[in-house]
Amino acid sequence: MSATTHDHIHDHGHGHSPTFAQRWLFSTNHKDIGTLYLIFAVCAGLVGGLLSIIMRAQLQHPGNTIVTSGQEWNTIVTAHGLIMIFFTVMPALIGGFGNWFIPLMIGAPDMAFPRLNNISFWLLVPAFALIITGLLLGESGSGWTLYPPLSNSTYESGPGMDFTLFALHLAGVSSLLGALNFITTIFNMRTPGMTLHKMPLFIWAMLVTAFLLLLSLPVLAGAITMLIFDRNFGTSFFDPQGGGDPVLWQHLFWFFGHPEVYIMILPGFGIISHVVSTFSRKPVFGYLGMAYAMVAIGVVGFVVWAHHMFVSGMSVDTRAYFMAATMIIAVPTGIKIFSWIATMWGGSIEMKTPMLFAIGFIFLFTVGGVTGVVLSNAGLDQILHNTYYVVAHFHYVLSLGAVFSIFAGWYYWIGKMSGHQYPEFWGKVHFWVTFIGVNITFFPMHFLGAAGMPRRYPDYPDAFAGWNYVASVGSYVGALSVLIFLYVVFRTFTSKVAVADNYWGEGATTLEWTVSSPPPFHTFEELPRFR
Amino acid sequence: MDTVTHEGSLASHAAVSSGMKQPYHLVDPSPWPIVGALGGGLLLAGVVLAAHYDNYLMVAAGGVLVALTMTMWWRDVLRESSTPGLHSPVVRLGLRYGMTLFIASEVMFFVGFFWAFFHFFLYPEHVLGTSTPSWPPAGIHTFDAFRIPLLNTMILLLSGCTVTWAHHSLIEGDRRGLLMGLGVSVLLGLTFSTLQAVEYSSAPFHFAGGGIYPSVFFLATGFHGFHVIVGTTFLGICWLRAKAGGFTPTQHFGLEAAAWYWHFVDVVWLFLFMFVYVIGAGVPAVE
Repeated sequence: MSATTHDHIHDHGHGHSPTFAQRWLFSTNHKDIGTLYLIFAVCAGLVGGLLSIIMRAQLQHPGNTIVTSGQEWNTIVTAHGLIMIFFTVMPALIGGFGNWFIPLMIGAPDMAFPRLNNISFWLLVPAFALIITGLLLGESGSGWTLYPPLSNSTYESGPGMDFTLFALHLAGVSSLLGALNFITTIFNMRTPGMTLHKMPLFIWAMLVTAFLLLLSLPVLAGAITMLIFDRNFGTSFFDPQGGGDPVLWQHLFWFFGHPEVYIMILPGFGIISHVVSTFSRKPVFGYLGMAYAMVAIGVVGFVVWAHHMFVSGMSVDTRAYFMAATMIIAVPTGIKIFSWIATMWGGSIEMKTPMLFAIGFIFLFTVGGVTGVVLSNAGLDQILHNTYYVVAHFHYVLSLGAVFSIFAGWYYWIGKMSGHQYPEFWGKVHFWVTFIGVNITFFPMHFLGAAGMPRRYPDYPDAFAGWNYVASVGSYVGALSVLIFLYVVFRTFTSKVAVADNYWGEGATTLEWTVSSPPPFHTFEELPRFR
Repeated sequence: MDTVTHEGSLASHAAVSSGMKQPYHLVDPSPWPIVGALGGGLLLAGVVLAAHYDNYLMVAAGGVLVALTMTMWWRDVLRESSTPGLHSPVVRLGLRYGMTLFIASEVMFFVGFFWAFFHFFLYPEHVLGTSTPSWPPAGIHTFDAFRIPLLNTMILLLSGCTVTWAHHSLIEGDRRGLLMGLGVSVLLGLTFSTLQAVEYSSAPFHFAGGGIYPSVFFLATGFHGFHVIVGTTFLGICWLRAKAGGFTPTQHFGLEAAAWYWHFVDVVWLFLFMFVYVIGAGVPAVE
């Protein structure tokens, strides 16, 4: 990212070449802020990944004592979940790729509110510091769902839980301001001729994602505020001793939490559409269907939250509704899966690394989607709730779905962002080691869950030893794949091979392929023509 | 197969420039976002230290940094708005989108507190620990909705009218009406907050340790009250700007944003009045 053309800075700018602080600390440039987000996401992902290796090492054999107490274990589980969701997947997909490619794909010179964009990024840094404080204090062992009474002052009396809750407040404000910025940019700054029905699918994905963030995060903020007041200032929203109700927390949390899982996957849907289309050398099959499937997923995603609460004592009618509504979501999701396959059908498919990750995404996300339909059955969920079956399900859609889409996007766009060619051979090695590692890790968890192994315990009966051993070995393969990725990053940035403006050729048709690689500091000072 | 889809039409023509110079505002690098983020972090970490260790140093430092950031950042925005060419019509439209979306998110914040209210109001059996479920819970005396709360409703509705008076005076070029309308709105906002403080001080229930009713009542009305104070400040800043001649009949988005925000605060109050004060009322306190 060194070839910035400083002389392109606009007339009323600060001068000719921004200082280091101006460029990286005080930035108002969507590309630089996107880069900061991506670096941050990688760093946080390494921390979150390290926590998962600690957990798999503990579970490798029954009776291990790497983690010394259940409280320590629960704190690690909590931090792993929150770090991966709020500080890895969201910053990479939304902050990183969203910042880089929303303006480039719609032909805009920058985001609508460049200063707000910068505070969205920088708020993540103190938020991350707070969550690490909660982790190191060992006082935030509630799980990422933060259910009272696990998170109230009786069971987590120390300040660590409060640090964790405030970390989510900061990360929430960050995402909220980012969402507001993205929506305004997409609605207000598309180049002339780019009507909504001509927007690239990644833009549709980010638009729906931003609306989900805008409407769901404030509800979480309200719930966290109530919890903080319960813990510190004497209210009793979730405390039965004062007449409160812990189930209220579950409703408020999952009204945010369910849209949140679509927030993590929809940007990936957008990326996969572009990658599949590019490497099949065909336009996406059923463009409008693909766009409105994401809108449908977003809308229906707001009215299914209580399928996370099937064992909380809801009436059978309520469970029937949430079961049916949840199953409906499989329809638009199926539209997307089949449209990707139809896009590949009859295409000139080129198996470059981004395409490998995209096909891996389609396969693994389908597995996770199918187990999701299983779990949506209120009856079956009575048995599978809080077992490793659930853990397997959400890691298939997130750590194998969302993360694969991040890697697909990385390999697809790194040449555009950096101007350097990634090493194709090592990219493919990275894909295969990742694919094998994560499947060995997470597939056995279906068996463990179906056999009744519960989540969030640092130990288990000997009967579960076999598949746990397999899963742990798989996680070490996964760790190896992370090292290979870091090597790929190193090789990419030291590569002497420059890339062309459109290095993927005729399959890549969106506007970012019309600017140089890397793009100049400011792009589209004259708006591009779009028909 | 039909290959001419919408995305397909992008190919090879997109590189051509339309010849139109971009009309947006590319903002200069600014130190305030990173200072504000640091201040926000210190503020919230400081609240934890204050709550657990009675140490108020960090929360004070965070508060100062956040206040500094808000002042300097918005000062920059105001300067930019009066610099010709920066706030073009399309940029001003973007600001409208931004404010609308911000208010939408604020609405969802209050949805959380109304959700808590309806969770217990519609289903009193959710109030745990009582043998005879009711809302308000047994033993709670509530405010008489038709005394101070009704008066406050009238005050807020009137202030919504006076803001519109100010707005239309500005459009008509009536500077005196603009200042009068805004000034009266600010005074009505202050009156509301004062009456609310008076009412809080005479509450027949206690906040800390008082159980579920005061929890819901004080956080819902308290966050509304906080938003009234923010809105009053916003209108007050608009009065100062109007006094300094910062608005023109055609360019005055700051005033419109303040008015939108004020109407939002007003509508939240109407819902609070209708549900929390009137329909959710129990036995009034004996005076």
